[in-house]
Amino acid sequence: MVQSGRTAAVLAFLMIGAAVFSANAQSPDRPASRPASPKHGTVFQSPATQALQADDGANPAMLWVGQGETLWSAPAGPENKSCATCHADGTQSMKGIAATYPKLDPKSGQLLNLESRINQCREQHMHAPAYTYESAQLLALTAYVTIQSRGMPRQVTVDGPAAAHFERGRAFYMTRQGQLNLACAQCHDDNVGEKLRGDTISQGQTLGWPGYRLEWQTMGSLHRRLRACSLGVRAEILPFGSPDYVALELYLAWRSKDLPLESPAVRR
Amino acid sequence: MNSRRPGEQGNQTWPNRRRLISLAAVVALLVVSPQAALAQRPAVTAPGDIVVVGDAIPAPLTTTQPDAARGRAILLDRAKGNCLICHRLPVATEPFQGTIGPDLSGIGRRLTTSQIRLRLVDQSRLNAATLMPPLYRTAQLVRVDAHYRDKTVLSAIEIEDSVAYLASLKD
Ligand code: HEC
Ligand code: HEC
Repeated sequence: MVQSGRTAAVLAFLMIGAAVFSANAQSPDRPASRPASPKHGTVFQSPATQALQADDGANPAMLWVGQGETLWSAPAGPENKSCATCHADGTQSMKGIAATYPKLDPKSGQLLNLESRINQCREQHMHAPAYTYESAQLLALTAYVTIQSRGMPRQVTVDGPAAAHFERGRAFYMTRQGQLNLACAQCHDDNVGEKLRGDTISQGQTLGWPGYRLEWQTMGSLHRRLRACSLGVRAEILPFGSPDYVALELYLAWRSKDLPLESPAVRR
Repeated sequence: MNSRRPGEQGNQTWPNRRRLISLAAVVALLVVSPQAALAQRPAVTAPGDIVVVGDAIPAPLTTTQPDAARGRAILLDRAKGNCLICHRLPVATEPFQGTIGPDLSGIGRRLTTSQIRLRLVDQSRLNAATLMPPLYRTAQLVRVDAHYRDKTVLSAIEIEDSVAYLASLKD
């Protein structure tokens, strides 16, 4: 009686152990892949939201673009330099730049997203303090630089010294996480088009960011959007600009290779 | 935080009596045997002690009597079950129900109470690739937000209430 009970317990333990192991071993090893038929995030939005985005006169994000244009030539720091001092006309010099980010900084070996690149210019070339993430100024300048690539194809480098960052981003995207134990891929690769309450799950493309989210009633960075998905699965909400999110950003940018940028988008 | 228990209402003006009651409680805890104390409290099965038999968990997770009405409220509550984010339930007043998981209407006809219990506790034991979150498991989870770490999505009685409600959905 005692003996058979123990055998049953051991058997049950082994069975549960095997099941739990396979449940968690599967996901992180999933290879990098792009959606077979790539789609912009906008097509998953309601017609009203799409219309708001399509009209620059109505798109609320254009307010930030306008502010960014002003900041572009606003002097700062002890030498009174502005972005324009080094980069002249942003509508020319910034064409296509956002489409290549995140990008490795050859000097530091760090992977930089556009926000950290802008702040690096502030600190190193202007000797002005960095903007905090989600500040109106950083959002405005990021939006201004990004709109110069509107309609241009995404092209990021993921090989050579960037390969380790790409792999880190891939692993993050594939790993089940949080109390709800879900990986990004389970929604944005496996359940595209399904309803998550009032949302339709898109491919998780990043082409529209920074963008205006109606739920926030303001402009937000891509990292703010990523934090919302982390919160949704009750996973650690990483700090803005954290290396994990920047690496994830690189993986996501690779997934949308050759698709045209559409920032500033409007999202539900 | 209010540390007063329901029975103590009205004792505020008489602090000495409150202290006496606390003292009595401590003494009672010391002298009463652990078994007797356990008998008073409902027995709850910890997530690590769940016994799965086939595709089901036959034993309830707690000795407390479940309540289907409470279960319904838990499943609809966005801060609790939030099941409608993925599923549909026969609740006409709830717009925007999810389509990621199966429609749960009639689930009580398709599955037994014990089978429903396992699907709530940890569906990954049946389907390793499932999207269905493990609602009563704390092991083998990564990057859990500090607020939820080492906690289950639902408590034992919340699982039982939810199971009771789902089992009652016959059509
Ligand atoms: C449980 C489902 C779910 C999981 C898991 C999930 N997301 Fe999302 N995600 C959504 C929903 C719903 C939206 C809003 C609708 C949309 O744009 O797809 C969204 C939006 C996004 C967007 C914005 C897309 C756009 O065009 O504006 C990105 C980027 C994104 N998610 C990336 C991620 C990443 C990276 C992870 C993992 C860390 C993740 N998501 C995990 C459901 C999920
Ligand atoms: C992130 C999505 C998601 C959430 C949230 C979710 N489920 Fe599920 N659920 C699923 C999926 C997908 C399945 C299908 C089974 C599978 O994939 O293995 C499922 C299966 C089930 C089943 C078994 C159905 C059948 O016909 O076998 C039950 C019962 C269930 N869920 C109840 C719930 C309850 C109750 C909640 C909330 C407390 C909930 N689910 C929350 C996605 C979800």
